[in-house]
Amino acid sequence: MASKTDIAAPKPATTAQPPLSLSKEEVLRYSRHLIMPEVGMDGQLKLKAAKVLCIGTGGLGAPLGQYLAAAGVGRIGLVDFDKVDLTNLQRQILFSTNDVNRPKIQAAAERLCGLNPDIQIDTFETMLTSANALDILKDYDIVVDGTDNFATRYLVNDACVLLGKPNVYGSIFRFEGQASVFGYSNGPCYRCLYPEPPPPGLVPSCAEGGVLGVLPGIVGSIQAAETLKLIIGKGEPLVGRLLLFDALSMKFRELKLRKNPDCPVCGARPTVTKLIDYSEFCGVRGEETSAPASTVPEITPRELKARLDRGDNLFILDVREPHEYQICNIGGYLIPLGDLSKRVNELDSSREIVAHCRSGKRSAEASEFLRQSGFRKVLNLKGGILAWSDEVDPSVPKY
Amino acid sequence: MAVKVIIPTPLRSYAGKQASVELQAATVAEALSALTAKFGDLKKHLYSDDGCLRSFVNVYVNDEDIRYLQKDQTRLNEGDTVSIVPSIAGGSRR
Repeated sequence: MASKTDIAAPKPATTAQPPLSLSKEEVLRYSRHLIMPEVGMDGQLKLKAAKVLCIGTGGLGAPLGQYLAAAGVGRIGLVDFDKVDLTNLQRQILFSTNDVNRPKIQAAAERLCGLNPDIQIDTFETMLTSANALDILKDYDIVVDGTDNFATRYLVNDACVLLGKPNVYGSIFRFEGQASVFGYSNGPCYRCLYPEPPPPGLVPSCAEGGVLGVLPGIVGSIQAAETLKLIIGKGEPLVGRLLLFDALSMKFRELKLRKNPDCPVCGARPTVTKLIDYSEFCGVRGEETSAPASTVPEITPRELKARLDRGDNLFILDVREPHEYQICNIGGYLIPLGDLSKRVNELDSSREIVAHCRSGKRSAEASEFLRQSGFRKVLNLKGGILAWSDEVDPSVPKY
Repeated sequence: MAVKVIIPTPLRSYAGKQASVELQAATVAEALSALTAKFGDLKKHLYSDDGCLRSFVNVYVNDEDIRYLQKDQTRLNEGDTVSIVPSIAGGSRR
């Protein structure tokens, strides 16, 4: 059973010799740290000497970067290739409305430098890949995973294990979060917990599932706290512990994580000794080339509009959720995808049915289901209501 | 044994939107079987075609991973909590 005594007492995770002093201004800036025995001058000097790499400057990266900068972590690396999008501002509070369309890394660096001009901010405006990960990670003491997809999580994990660096993990979905510290002090790594990723399409992303804006704020702050603890070597880090957080019930739970002796990356006989193709590992490439949805006949929004204008007797089936219908709709008959099998008798199989959802994915599934249920005339609206807004009726809001 | 099975957010829509379900079961296997009997749509998310629990789904009894207990033969006690914990990654559509 994993317990405190099973895991070696954590040593501070930084490698550099701490600098000898703080300037007068730094003493004032960090006074609230210095007057605490748990941090003190020793701890603050360790923070100043520390080098932390933050992968992702989005929902998790926002509080993370800010709290690390505020705490005086001497060198912070930021990795992000994305541009700020309006939909990010619901939760990615590092950015302002004026930053929309700017590279995230630029806006993030600017904001963090403004918060603390005394620290060094390194920027990597690139996607982290197997080709560059080891190079980018090698100069840092601690890596914090603020990414948003499985392939990168496995990449970061494996790179951290190969390089012997702790990986401060946090992840979110809707209103639930997870946090842990992997690859540290003989504790488990991410693959010990999840040896394999879910096949694509089985676990929705934030774009598909939504996320309570503040949730990554909470989980990212937890990641920041864990990172600071690792640096100053105080407290009990989440090594061998999976923290689960449910914002709706406001409950924290904790599960025990064990190091898997047969882990392919960090086990006694590792089979993964170099970085692999993580897109392939996560099946993303497979999804792109052989999506089952491509067997369903499609209709484009323009074609649909033309046929409706002509007076064709089409039945529009909307398979989104009721709350989406409230955002916008094209007058379709609403049966959420999850209810379709139970409510299929509401549909007339002699009619020509056009199924749509937000982007075309769910409706492709619905169309396939209907065809297998004996409906002869089913078409999937390519690109969903988003494409309808783009191509036919811009007054329909996109979301 | 009366046990509580905690349904993680990504799977709640397949379990009648419930966050937890009370069941009678003597082992983890029985608890999951009762769960998928009640909520058929959950089955494909928990089990692969060959009937094995999917590797990205972890199951805990109280705070212990069943992989380090007796796997799905782990016996349950009255009032135990069975947690289903899938991997989540947030964010991207990619």
